[in-house]
Amino acid sequence: MIPLNVNGRLHEVEDEPNTPLLYVLRDTLELNGAKFGCGLGQCGSCTVVVDGKPIFSCLTPISILQGRKITTVEGLGTEDAPSPLQRAFIEEQAAQCGYCIPGMIMRAHALLTTNRTPSEAQIRDHMNPNLCRCGTHMRILAAIRRAAHAMQAADATAGPREVRP
Amino acid sequence: MNAPLFTPSRREVLAGALIVSFSLRPPRSVAAEEQQNAGPKPKLPGSLKDAAMLDAWIRVDANGTVTIFTGKCEIGQGIKTALIQVAAEELEVEPSRIHLVTADTARTANEGFTSGSNSMKDSGTAIRNAAAQVREILIGVAAERLGVAADQLHAQSGAVVGPDNRRIGYGELVAGDVLHVAAQPASKLKSPEALKVIGQSMPRVDIPGKVTGGVSYVQDLRLPGMAHARIVRPPSYDARLQSLDTSAVEKLPGVLKIVRDGSFLAVIAEREFQAVTAMHALAAHAKWDVATKLPDEKDIFGFIESLPADDYVIAEKHAPAAAAAQSLEAVYRRPYQLHGSIGPSCAVASFDGDALTVWSHAQGMFPLRKAIAEMLHLSDDKVRCIHMEGAGCYGHNGADDAAADAALLARALPGRPVRVQWTREQEHQWEPYGPAMLSRARASLDASGNIVDWQYEVRSNTHSTRPPGAGQLLAARHLEQPFKPDAPKPIPQPEGGGDRNSIPLYALPNVRVVHHFVPDMPLRVSAQRGLGAYHNVFAIESFLDELAVAAGADPLEFRLRHIQEPRARKVITTAAERFGWASTPLPKGKGRGFAFARYKNLGAYCAVAIEVDVEHESGRVRLGRAVAAVDSGQAVNPDGIANQIQGGIVQSASWTLYESVRFNETRILSQDWSTYPILRFGAVPESVEVHVIDAPGQPFLGTGEAAQGPTAAAIANAVANATGMRVRDLPLNAARVKAAIGV
Repeated sequence: MIPLNVNGRLHEVEDEPNTPLLYVLRDTLELNGAKFGCGLGQCGSCTVVVDGKPIFSCLTPISILQGRKITTVEGLGTEDAPSPLQRAFIEEQAAQCGYCIPGMIMRAHALLTTNRTPSEAQIRDHMNPNLCRCGTHMRILAAIRRAAHAMQAADATAGPREVRP
Repeated sequence: MNAPLFTPSRREVLAGALIVSFSLRPPRSVAAEEQQNAGPKPKLPGSLKDAAMLDAWIRVDANGTVTIFTGKCEIGQGIKTALIQVAAEELEVEPSRIHLVTADTARTANEGFTSGSNSMKDSGTAIRNAAAQVREILIGVAAERLGVAADQLHAQSGAVVGPDNRRIGYGELVAGDVLHVAAQPASKLKSPEALKVIGQSMPRVDIPGKVTGGVSYVQDLRLPGMAHARIVRPPSYDARLQSLDTSAVEKLPGVLKIVRDGSFLAVIAEREFQAVTAMHALAAHAKWDVATKLPDEKDIFGFIESLPADDYVIAEKHAPAAAAAQSLEAVYRRPYQLHGSIGPSCAVASFDGDALTVWSHAQGMFPLRKAIAEMLHLSDDKVRCIHMEGAGCYGHNGADDAAADAALLARALPGRPVRVQWTREQEHQWEPYGPAMLSRARASLDASGNIVDWQYEVRSNTHSTRPPGAGQLLAARHLEQPFKPDAPKPIPQPEGGGDRNSIPLYALPNVRVVHHFVPDMPLRVSAQRGLGAYHNVFAIESFLDELAVAAGADPLEFRLRHIQEPRARKVITTAAERFGWASTPLPKGKGRGFAFARYKNLGAYCAVAIEVDVEHESGRVRLGRAVAAVDSGQAVNPDGIANQIQGGIVQSASWTLYESVRFNETRILSQDWSTYPILRFGAVPESVEVHVIDAPGQPFLGTGEAAQGPTAAAIANAVANATGMRVRDLPLNAARVKAAIGV
């Protein structure tokens, strides 16, 4: 049994320790957000956030994830209460097939958690590991900018906040 | 996702279908009309011509719930949302109250493939007309019930409303078979000025679920007792499985079954990663003879030219014209290119010992059913195919093949649903590619720089090896008793396949266009977004720029000089104005390019202007601003149209700048994203701006493929403008551009 902290909940999973996190998320925990795209760390469809950093869940065995905080797109918000990033993707209609989008959102989430005012070049550079084949890139970039603005506005309302690395 | 999975039961559904198809007594109105009108019956609009009964498209429950049935599939193009808008508009029902069922052989009309940018033209037109007719029928029923004339009633918010504000909900009006009637050729469509839902950028219905982890794709389908499978494919196209030692793999945790039939090899396990582990182990214990002989990649176009071809003269026109003052000739080439879905193909199938159900992201559920039924020697009515979304396909990728894999494995494990997920490497190696193509253009200009003669030849394989033949399915070819692929056939004009968009839309006095159809396929190929239009528009619109340079004319002015059609001109001038087109020279290394096409010469009009920056030392092309204009007919969801065109521009930019399938003498070498690089965020354009030109009251023209060709040519023209050198071989990668500019 390996204890995994996913979206703030502790799960004891029986999967083999070498099982990549992606299969545990999808097959054991029945979470749909992280997607299988290549299994090679080349496309980013499987991106989730571990302790604030984006990782390829298709390559990361669960054996090294004990005690780490794993966040998937399901941990950000729901259809009824979407997070600022999810809301921005809906408002920008930043999806065509949408298959890559949860990975995009999680990679962007890692950026905006530490940097509320990324430049356009920083956003493009940060998003480079994730592939989209529908060509939704321009809207994805717009959604990230929109979410950054929304989060800045929320910060201003909420007053000073502690930035965790 | 689609409607409830196992309801209604297949028997009920089939019985219903029989009544629909073989109703012996036509509704009175049709019979009466036939008596009056002895001449040929007018054609029904859109897909109504193939499925005429209104309740095949629209059902209203007693509680007022409206369900729309389309035979088309959502493939990321946003068709669900657009079809709901169309239905909501004519039915006078709020879009949020409409439930939509997509392609399902047990529930929807057979609308063939979701391809060719035809979904709005086929299904959108059918649903719009059916909805208008249903509305009028319900008003008629209400008139009878209220004892007032129908013209005193109107439909509003799911009810019929009378002059005294009495309302009768649709649910109360649908008793009996009131909607079980054949559609009429003419419908009382709302006038363009009265439209409230059509023309609005309604948010896509599927996006909230997709961004929050909802069940959105066939990959997300989890059925009770479902097992997981992986395929072990041969190392090359025709390799045969010579020997296999399964003993070690059988002992691996969770392995339920190893399935071998000829050279079709797969493993089924309880858990997904157990299947992955077992697949690798099985592959290590399989020995193959590698028989395939592929042509030399470096000389692939010479090889294709050496293959026998069937020649079709598809355009021939001769008219008096001024004498030729100069002539140009050029050859353009496009390599094999991948669809490259971000999610490799996947399918789920379940066999109860008698009947098979398949959930698939393929583009045609009815053709898929036919192919699978043939492969398994089942009758069609024993196979049900239900569409669920996958990752974007952009044409015929591995989806049908994965469905066939799942079907074979479900049959091997009756009583348990089996989910098959292809690997990235399998998708890259086995999907049918967009065919390599080449074309030769020749044209003459008169002394004033007008085109007086145009000759164009295009050489290509087929652009469709889709089902319904069982031999079109990969697994079926690998079985002990293999099925043979169907003989390849060209797709006839006016849509065309390799010759799609090979006839220029420009008004030219002398034109000859020849399609050299090459039946032999050294690499597996099929439909890829735009089919031949991607290459032909790249070639024609590149050549047009070459002619403009020879004529000393501005490329935009040169195009307008040769095209009269008002809608084409509007699209061209809109894109040019919004881009700020000018002839003035740009700083060194910068260029601007323009291109235009009407997809299939009968679909959407699309013009693209783009600026590029060519890095002199490396030959690397950087994309600046891109501006497009599109006329897709009556625009149902302008933002949806813009989304498709933006995506098309970015995707086509990737094909055009980077993409080419690599292979050696026996196998495909493009196996992943490192051996087949595509565009990443670091290389996307600075901006992409799309102007949707609405055409109120005009037919739906479709949008999905319109940008592929114009984008390619606009980039090529911009590179030529920046460097002074013309690159006619795709992709315009750094090495090729560097070689052209000679650094």
